[in-house]
Amino acid sequence: MSSVAAPATAPRAAHLRRPSTIAVYRWELRKLVSQKRTYMGLALAVILPLIFVIVQNVHQHQGRQGDSIFASEITQSGLATPVLMLLFESVFFLPLIASLVAGDIVAAEDGNGTLKTILTRSVDRSQVFTAKLLAAATYGALAVFLSAAVATVGGILSWGFNQITTFSGSIVSASEGLLLVFAANACYLIPLLTVACIGVLLSTATRNSTASVVGTIGFVILLFILAGIPGLEGLKPYLLTEQFQNWQGLLRTPTDWAPVWHSLWVCALYAGPALFAAYLVFLRRDVAGG
Amino acid sequence: MTDTEAQPVRARGLVKRYKEILAVDHIDLNVEAGDVYGFLGPNGAGKTTTLRMALGLITPTEGAVELFGRDPLREGARALEGVAGFVEAPRFYPYLSARKNLELLAALDGADAARRIEEVLAVVELSPRAKHRVGGYSHGMRQRLGIAAALLRSPRLLILDEPATGLDPAGMRDMRLLIRRLADEGITILLSSHQLPEVQELCDRVAIVDSGRVVYEGALADLRRQGGAGYRLRTTDDARALQVMGTQPGVEHPVAGEHGIGFQSQESHVGALSLALAQAGVGILALTPELATLEDLFFRLTESDAAEPFARPAKGGSDSTGSLVGTS
Repeated sequence: MSSVAAPATAPRAAHLRRPSTIAVYRWELRKLVSQKRTYMGLALAVILPLIFVIVQNVHQHQGRQGDSIFASEITQSGLATPVLMLLFESVFFLPLIASLVAGDIVAAEDGNGTLKTILTRSVDRSQVFTAKLLAAATYGALAVFLSAAVATVGGILSWGFNQITTFSGSIVSASEGLLLVFAANACYLIPLLTVACIGVLLSTATRNSTASVVGTIGFVILLFILAGIPGLEGLKPYLLTEQFQNWQGLLRTPTDWAPVWHSLWVCALYAGPALFAAYLVFLRRDVAGG
Repeated sequence: MTDTEAQPVRARGLVKRYKEILAVDHIDLNVEAGDVYGFLGPNGAGKTTTLRMALGLITPTEGAVELFGRDPLREGARALEGVAGFVEAPRFYPYLSARKNLELLAALDGADAARRIEEVLAVVELSPRAKHRVGGYSHGMRQRLGIAAALLRSPRLLILDEPATGLDPAGMRDMRLLIRRLADEGITILLSSHQLPEVQELCDRVAIVDSGRVVYEGALADLRRQGGAGYRLRTTDDARALQVMGTQPGVEHPVAGEHGIGFQSQESHVGALSLALAQAGVGILALTPELATLEDLFFRLTESDAAEPFARPAKGGSDSTGSLVGTS
């Protein structure tokens, strides 16, 4: 360093143009893309439907397609696969994947000391918080649609792009079925992103990645346990975990919007306070680590 | 007053309390434009906590700090315009290269910063390693990258917390030269350091904190003057000389060492001492004045009641002549 000059513009300038929240969000995504652990969750989202398709194919070749109640429906249309995968993954696996990043996204920066690095630049805390929240939500959504895409492609390749039977027994065309698959996954994002909001709250409040991820999943498990306790049936419609099946209303004929609207306001009751609390904690916290 | 005319750092009555622990106790700081300002104190004295409050990373329990007239707590990132630096060790994303880290930080700074990446990498001599992941960097390289990240912001005020910690002697020398050069470019520098020779070499003004309180703030030269004139005496009979010195008014803290007897005194008393030594039959081989080093003063201020070895000006002062404060 001894032989070089300081930047020529060093003592002047200082009026930097403030970056937009979108620019901060883009960098949050780039950070996610650069971390190996990001791919663990996504790999899970890809592998599970692949295993499902392979196993069902093997069963079919062994002439055992009648063994399960799903098997016969699966072989009728490849579009049944993403529906069954969503039914299967929505309860635990997808919330787990979403919480992997949501629970880590603030706490990891705190642990590494990089939070102080970014908070001493030209961005406000509210921008950083918004960008992190959006990045966690993006990751959750990506996991859902990636899993759905793999299941859809795998199902269609195995059993064809055929019409599908809805939960109410009516039959819809393949193209309409594909649209419904997409809509169902989009609808599932409502409770899933609520889980991500809770993950971000724990990540912000605990400053510990492991505690946040485990805490988020623990919260989901706790709600499942509450749902199973006799005498608490009245509570059930208002539990976040009950909203994981909200998308099923879209796969009925006629479309049953009631569970979708119900899940919207119930999830808002969970996500709103969680986000508000996380935002306040993030804005007011002392960044003393690192 | 515009922000360019305002003081780079002005802290008033800063207090930070963690439950029962008082980390910072009514600290006042005045860093003027163009200062290379040393911020000294033993571990746990409250230096880093004060710097974190200055950068808006933590909220003071009481008091306020302004950077160029702006309060980081009230104005957020806007208050950090023209301000850069790091507290404790600079931290980066270990899974990204140095260049990617700087690209990220430049994106968080604004458009101008991105164009300076190559330039600042060259300043800290990291260009050849810029594509390597920071996770594989040595401590010294991370320190240099911390400087590069700060320079991206074209700062008018650079806040550096122990920038030479962990560097080898060559790295420390290079860091000193870089800081000197940046100061010569007109950047105001607030330097927290344990490297007292470094501070003595670089800084013109200092604040010394102990147990969360400022025990001195002002010009380094004034501090050294207030520290009292020191002398070193070599004689033909040090033991006898010490006896004589013990009886002489105005001769304080005589301590025999490998290189003679060190003591403090005013010039007016030194003549009388030399006569007394001659009358006692002690030959004077050498009598040389020694200005107190910053290290001497630092330890005297932080390891004992600061009022003892210094003439104490009015409490709470912070003018350019320097003052000892808050130690009663």
